[in-house]
Amino acid sequence: MRVVIAEDLALLRDGLIRLLGAFGFEVVEAVDNGPSLLRALTTHRPDVAVVDVRLPPTFTDEGLRAALEARKQVPGLPVLVLSQHVEQLYARELLSDSSGGIGYLLKDRVSDVKQFVEAVRRVAGGGTALDPDVVAQLLTRHAREEPLQQLTPREREVLGLMAEGRSNAAIAAKLFVTEKAISKHTNNIFGKLGLPPSEDDNRRVLAVLAYLGG
Amino acid sequence: MVEIHRYGDSLEDRVSELLRKYWRRALSCTLPSLLRGVLQIVVAFAVNLPLFIVAVLAIAFIPLGVGVVLVPEVFRAIRSVADQQRTWAAEWSGVKIPVPYRPEPAGLGPFRRLGRLLADPASWRDLLWTIVNVPVALVLGVLAGGLALYGLEGIFVAPWLAWVSDYGWGPFWPLKDWGVVGIAGPVVLGAVLIAVSGPVGPVFLKAHALFSQSLLAPTRAALAARVEQLAESRSETVDASAAELRRIERDLHDGAQARLVALSMNIGLAEEMMKHDPEMAAKLLAEARESSGTALTELRDLVRGIHPPVLAERGLDGAVRALALTLPLPVDVHVDLPGRAEAPVESAAYFAVAEMLANVVKHSGAARAWLQIEHSGGRLIMIIGDDGTGGADPAAGSGMRGIERRLAAFDGTMAVTSPPGGPTVVTLELPCALSSPRISPSSGTG
Repeated sequence: MRVVIAEDLALLRDGLIRLLGAFGFEVVEAVDNGPSLLRALTTHRPDVAVVDVRLPPTFTDEGLRAALEARKQVPGLPVLVLSQHVEQLYARELLSDSSGGIGYLLKDRVSDVKQFVEAVRRVAGGGTALDPDVVAQLLTRHAREEPLQQLTPREREVLGLMAEGRSNAAIAAKLFVTEKAISKHTNNIFGKLGLPPSEDDNRRVLAVLAYLGG
Repeated sequence: MVEIHRYGDSLEDRVSELLRKYWRRALSCTLPSLLRGVLQIVVAFAVNLPLFIVAVLAIAFIPLGVGVVLVPEVFRAIRSVADQQRTWAAEWSGVKIPVPYRPEPAGLGPFRRLGRLLADPASWRDLLWTIVNVPVALVLGVLAGGLALYGLEGIFVAPWLAWVSDYGWGPFWPLKDWGVVGIAGPVVLGAVLIAVSGPVGPVFLKAHALFSQSLLAPTRAALAARVEQLAESRSETVDASAAELRRIERDLHDGAQARLVALSMNIGLAEEMMKHDPEMAAKLLAEARESSGTALTELRDLVRGIHPPVLAERGLDGAVRALALTLPLPVDVHVDLPGRAEAPVESAAYFAVAEMLANVVKHSGAARAWLQIEHSGGRLIMIIGDDGTGGADPAAGSGMRGIERRLAAFDGTMAVTSPPGGPTVVTLELPCALSSPRISPSSGTG
């Protein structure tokens, strides 16, 4: 799997190259600023890009903008955005074209190597990986509202994991139950929230996020 | 021969060059002085005089109630005329007249607004200027513009008019009886007057500017009061930032720093155990990872409290939108800023808004809130409203008092209207300039 990395701190950049290399990714280019990121993304068209939000020259949201711009030119280009802090505002902007292949995680998550690599693979496959912090914020924001209050605690837990972008199988593994039990939960959730049921993992996630974000 | 020719030529050249230069300079002063002098007179009679009369009437009508509404409006008009005079004094004569008015918090009731206005000595000095300026502008305006005007009349009007009527001009009266001198005289004298008016006109304009300065600039007492206010807000700011630094130090010392110590200890232990107890080593490493995660979370919260990263990345606009998205109630956000304020102002504005919105969440019981930010008249204006139960008292809450202090460091003001039963509306104002046009984000969501 070909991957482009954008990270301005040499220590972290080398760490990411080593980490992804160890799991069989081929790092085609590692850049340290916004303009070269946009160029690298549009010329290499990698299977997935791992991008830091804040990059030179302005040290603002250079990386995010380059990623959004690249996705305009190459629709559906899978991008996993990493940041020291997560903002719902940015999550919305990343998900706004609803074509999948989006990840948005705190940099801390890299320390759980297995989960991080799984997230990169999921994004490369057109799926979604949303940081638990963002999902938790979304859920607290709507916690007081009517349909969410009808969910059982277990269903709320499943909804959170679903919003992060996990498949039924992954949720089942995480909660130590069968996949069948999870699919029963998800059907209940979709029923209570009035969302159309869908087998496609990614469409399912986007429906949940649209529901929570709106 | 050649030498002499050149010499003569250059002397002639020099003289004519000098004359031309003098005339050009004189004329370049004459026409503006003329127009400015006339403008001063016109403003004095057409604006100052009626305004003064209306102001006196409005003050007289205060007991009848009409004046309560009328007086602030009249004084606002007087201030804008005075501001125009300040601009002219600076542009025409280089006389700087600082603005002495005390900042007026928005959202005051009509009586308090009137009280503040009448208690401000600058208001009364403005009023005095409004009436005294009428005769002063007349005399100085006539001297500044009149010389040139009279000279022009001497050249272009007087000689011809004499033959139509019995008109005379200056010393030539009646002109007809003076014959040829009666025609040539006014032309020559007029030219002299115009030549003289060139350097003289600006002097009278400057005299007028200095007169305006004596009444429109802040008095010594006002400056002293201002110095006192600045000293107070400065010491409050210094105290607040020292307390802030102490808090940060404590948070770092007890939080991230302590966790990093534990972390390196765990890693060191794991290193030791690697050989004879790999299972224990793995457990220690897992613990180390967990405590590094906690340290990172604490650092992130700390950074948010010092300067939210999204504020650095997206400015006030993006930061308040991001903030609104994290609140448990819907907030309508309208931001209309053509540029970005300076970083300290932006930060003060952000934390003020954040504190107000936190109050809405904690105390108001509101179902909705709204936030409006715009920049007008050199001020950043932030209005936060909610549909809650009202009854917010800025004196009671230390949070609101803290915001007021924080804004005072920038000469900002806070006004709260919160009747029991609601709604609560808080208006924050910060004087500031906006710089460089905004680099708009690639996506307009939010």
